[in-house]
Amino acid sequence: MWWTGWRSSRGGSILIGSSRLQPRGVTRSAAGQCRSEGGGRSRASPQSAGRRAAALLPLAAALAAALLLALAFGSVAVPIGTTAEIVASRVLGIPTSGVWTSAQETIVLQVRLPRVVLAAVTGASLAMAGAVYQGLFRNPMGDPYLLGVAPGAGLGATIVIVFALVAAVGSAWLLPAAALVGGLAATAVIYLIARVDRRTPVGVLLLAGVALGSLLSATTSLLMLARPERLHYAVMWLFGSFSSAGWTQVALVVPFVVVGAAIVLSLARQLNLMLLDEEQAAFLGANTERLKLLLVVGATLLAAAPVSVAGLIGFVGLIGPHAARLLWSSDSRSLLPASALLGASFLVMADLFARAAFAPSELPVGIVSALCGGPFFLLLLRRRKRSIFGV
Amino acid sequence: MLRLRRAQVTAVEYASPAQPTADSRPRLAWSRRRAELTADDVVAGYGGRMVLHGVSLVLTGGRFVGLVGPNGSGKSTLLRALAGTLPLRKGSVALDGVDLRRISRRDIARRLAVVPQSPALPDTFTALEIVLMGRSPHLGLLESEGDQDLAIAWDALDRTEASHLAHRPVAELSGGERQRVVLARGIAQRPAVMLLDEPTAHLDLHHQAEAMRVVRALCDEGLASLAVFHDLNLAAQFCDELHLIADGAIVASGEPSDVLTDANVRAVYGEGLAVAPHPRNSRPVVLVSRAELE
Repeated sequence: MWWTGWRSSRGGSILIGSSRLQPRGVTRSAAGQCRSEGGGRSRASPQSAGRRAAALLPLAAALAAALLLALAFGSVAVPIGTTAEIVASRVLGIPTSGVWTSAQETIVLQVRLPRVVLAAVTGASLAMAGAVYQGLFRNPMGDPYLLGVAPGAGLGATIVIVFALVAAVGSAWLLPAAALVGGLAATAVIYLIARVDRRTPVGVLLLAGVALGSLLSATTSLLMLARPERLHYAVMWLFGSFSSAGWTQVALVVPFVVVGAAIVLSLARQLNLMLLDEEQAAFLGANTERLKLLLVVGATLLAAAPVSVAGLIGFVGLIGPHAARLLWSSDSRSLLPASALLGASFLVMADLFARAAFAPSELPVGIVSALCGGPFFLLLLRRRKRSIFGV
Repeated sequence: MLRLRRAQVTAVEYASPAQPTADSRPRLAWSRRRAELTADDVVAGYGGRMVLHGVSLVLTGGRFVGLVGPNGSGKSTLLRALAGTLPLRKGSVALDGVDLRRISRRDIARRLAVVPQSPALPDTFTALEIVLMGRSPHLGLLESEGDQDLAIAWDALDRTEASHLAHRPVAELSGGERQRVVLARGIAQRPAVMLLDEPTAHLDLHHQAEAMRVVRALCDEGLASLAVFHDLNLAAQFCDELHLIADGAIVASGEPSDVLTDANVRAVYGEGLAVAPHPRNSRPVVLVSRAELE
């Protein structure tokens, strides 16, 4: 196993994930066998919700650091100390003695904060949706766009863009609304197609997702070719960007994300049962049909809402959960929050790079996340020298 | 995260200074109410093809019942029907008189455990984590396993001689070790009824006998247990009662010596078999006989 050697190289004392169940005073040899060091308790208390949350503190600290960096840097740099003081006094309400210009405050709070928050929310929800689909389909290739969210949202947005409907209707909300409806509708259609005899086998669901996804993507490409003069706008949307982020976008996304996150987090222990197989999950008390539907609804809300305002941002939903699994735990109750924190930190940093690297021009964040995340993840894989899912 | 605590039933504290072994640890009392599982004229199958053609049986607390029959005779299908995961075409399965279709999966799993044969297990989970999944039906939506659940999981691992495997990821375990972990998961459910699909597959002779003794001991404490067997002799040694099934119907039921007769065995499994009494306890032993094959 990929992690056995790693943990044992630290004397088995790092209490993460499943190893927290290890009795104190017992070390794990390279072969994974337990031996007593004498005098220790033989039975550890289980990992409670509190201990799981405490183990996530380093990731929360990393996210806080990423948020601060992203607020301080950009085309104009604001000193980190000043940034922290602005946030402390204006957002958190802690009185500080710092002095700053009104221009600095405007940059940090009005220009950067909504964008950074949107990047964090997007990274967190895409990574959680990916973790749900990887578990539900027992497939390491699972990502948030598996069940039609990306092609559905892409088609919805492309229709609005190529026919210039925003100008025709006169509302800027049309683009995110069309993308959101497209993404949700595509998943709903896939779920209904895959439903046979009051059951929805995950294999059929997966194939229906691939098939309808291809159909929608092809339609999107056709529309783009039909109106080549609008091609640039459509492609830029598909690449994904936070350049139009404001508090209204955040307000549009957050309700969907909160509902989706509440659904999947409360079902985390039952998602563990689905990692076995459906029949075993039923033997262990899960109502598998209802569970699948709720998990798909939750993951779809998590994936479709950010896509509707930020476009298609790939990679973070695939890699976030894998990195969390490699570094943390396979138990969904730890995996989901760890994926969310990692995904949020990662996308906040990717967006910082996207807007700061070649300022004042911007790169699409979807491209940056793949360019930066790909090598990082390959490195992680090489260092573990084992596959992610088992041997 | 919200944490809901349940009342501690019997707190078992394993805080002894010396490392206790599986033998020195106190064994948790089983203390489960007895239950009765009844199948009435069950007709079921896959798609349009019916595998079971009207099977009726009663499984009561304290009894260890064996299900024997040739390949494809419907043993595993009957197990699924009894567990409530296979839709029935006709007939019913009831737990303490209540039709399984009217009980939620969670309430079924609190009283009825299924030990499947070589099931898929997620590689990165440890044996203890797999066994703790057996506590899932007893936990609330946002609840985590408490000390009591952990004590029950360790007790289950002790009973199946698998406590030394607790912290190993299941990908590292052999087929037989995995089988013992899955049996421990079923025990950790603390069921009143346990259905086992070839619990001795992949096990060496020592662990075959050991697994049978574990289930036998639980039955003596009140568990109602039904197990599918390929090994007729193991079934004859440990079961109170056998059902011989052929072509989706029960053809003989009763004590092992009444079911495993020369005539029954030849009728179901074909010629070339002989039944003799076991030298130690005179329960029936089925032997392949070369002379009659030629």
